[in-house]
Amino acid sequence: MPEHPSEPLIHARELTKRFGTFTAVDSIDFDVARGESFGFLGPNGAGKTSTMRMIGSVSPISAGTLRVMGMDPATEGSRIRARVGVVPQQDTLDNELTVRENLVIYGRYFGLARAEIGRRADELLEFAQLTERAGDQVEPLSGGMKRRLTIARSLINEPELLLLDEPTTGLDPQARHLLWDRLYRLKQRGVTLVLTTHYMDEAEQLCDRLVVMDKARIVAEGSPRELIERYSTREVAELRFGPDVAEGLDGRLEGIAQRVEHLPDRVLLYADDGEAAASAVHQRGLKPETVLVRRSSLEDVFLRLTGRSLIE
Amino acid sequence: MTAPTLRVAPAGFGFGSRRSARLIERNLYVYKHGWLVILSGFFEPLFYLLGIGFGLGSLIGTINGPAGQPISYQLFVAPALLTTAAMNGAINESTFNFFFKLNYNKTFASILATPLSPGDIALGELGWALIRGGLYALGFMAVMGLFGLVVTPWVVLAVPAALLVGFAFGAVGMAATSFMTTWQDFDLIQLVVLPLFLFSGTFYPVDAYPDALRVIVQLTPLYQGVDLIRSLAVGAISPILLFHVAYLALMGIAGLAVTSRRIDLLLLK
Repeated sequence: MPEHPSEPLIHARELTKRFGTFTAVDSIDFDVARGESFGFLGPNGAGKTSTMRMIGSVSPISAGTLRVMGMDPATEGSRIRARVGVVPQQDTLDNELTVRENLVIYGRYFGLARAEIGRRADELLEFAQLTERAGDQVEPLSGGMKRRLTIARSLINEPELLLLDEPTTGLDPQARHLLWDRLYRLKQRGVTLVLTTHYMDEAEQLCDRLVVMDKARIVAEGSPRELIERYSTREVAELRFGPDVAEGLDGRLEGIAQRVEHLPDRVLLYADDGEAAASAVHQRGLKPETVLVRRSSLEDVFLRLTGRSLIE
Repeated sequence: MTAPTLRVAPAGFGFGSRRSARLIERNLYVYKHGWLVILSGFFEPLFYLLGIGFGLGSLIGTINGPAGQPISYQLFVAPALLTTAAMNGAINESTFNFFFKLNYNKTFASILATPLSPGDIALGELGWALIRGGLYALGFMAVMGLFGLVVTPWVVLAVPAALLVGFAFGAVGMAATSFMTTWQDFDLIQLVVLPLFLFSGTFYPVDAYPDALRVIVQLTPLYQGVDLIRSLAVGAISPILLFHVAYLALMGIAGLAVTSRRIDLLLLK
């Protein structure tokens, strides 16, 4: 099928994935435009990985329509995979090879010429800040290094579309920021990024647009800012009460904020002016142990939409 | 890199394409770091030849060959050892190593994200096992030459014949492995391989069996290889050899087809 420049890079309608009687992805619709950074936000088990695997043409769809770069994964999987880079949730590096060999042989799987692969491998080692470890075995590398190598490997075929499944899960903050920086550079080069995450800061940093997934379905869609505006207030006051006080709070916070959310360890007051809401609490004679006023985040959007926290 | 075996399954056959050669390249990279391991496969048939062919063989003297002509016991047993070595080599690579790659090491999963297909992986892994097997066969032929056991130019064809045996057993070994869930399941493979090794006319002619049993043995897979390679080694060429070739080729193709289907089911969920 010829590819039309204006058509979405990924097009999904009523996309469904079933494993036996279990439905992992339940009839979802979305489009991803070329050059866009698109995210799937949701807790573990929401169906994000299954969706990514279908896009990556390594998992057959159960029902609905899916087109990637205008092609059908069922019949043109190999041609799609040739133009896609994949960073799976768990590192799948080849432990029997060195860092550089991992890049080189991966390039060979794509049928690239050795000279070209050599050039790209050097560049990618630089990009991933692994040049000094080029000749080392993969096993002793740190988690962050393995992740960067996996991303470098996914770029060896100069993909138009990069699929990142939980790219920074399990990394320390410093390693995460380094990765985000690398991904941001790719985005600037025009690579379309599609990522899954259950970290709202990651989604806010990297995604132009995202869908919130819960229980195999898409429950909301928009830019991080739009979602916050639509489903939350500007600010949130987080209150922590001592265990004895928390019991007797019923009704005593009503009317202070636009919405009050009782979580096991804290109470969230949703208000456009968080400070005002916090002082109103004190005026009612309540003494929270700690008060934190912050801006609304996607975490709040998720809580509002599903009644649950993202990370449980 | 285009080993003759890679042509067995042309592109579009449903499993495997020229891309499978990339898997062989990968294994070459791996063995670059530990090439000594490869030598081990050469010694097994050599030790059997010395111990059984020359040790035990000195008590036996001559024995009837494939066309009924008397030949030395060493000449009788050497081609059979070449055959069993080809079988064992292919089975080792296609069972233990394949199981590890399929279940523990995520190599295959990462490869499937590239244009390679499950069929390419099956064919590539088998191709690699055959390249190793081919090297062992050549080494063993050289040893046969040193011991004066090369008596006819037909013996040259024993090398591709050994590859065919490796192809057949390697493919079926991979297919069987794809159904296994624990390391204990491998005992079942030994339960099949060991009797084949001992009773397929390897160490004594199948004439030793009562007729009914002899016919059964003659229908088992290793017998095809043993009779094929032994006939080539002594120059006893007959139409039955074509039957052996067809049997082994079909066995290999069936094994590959099952393997590629199973990789598909196991990894492309």
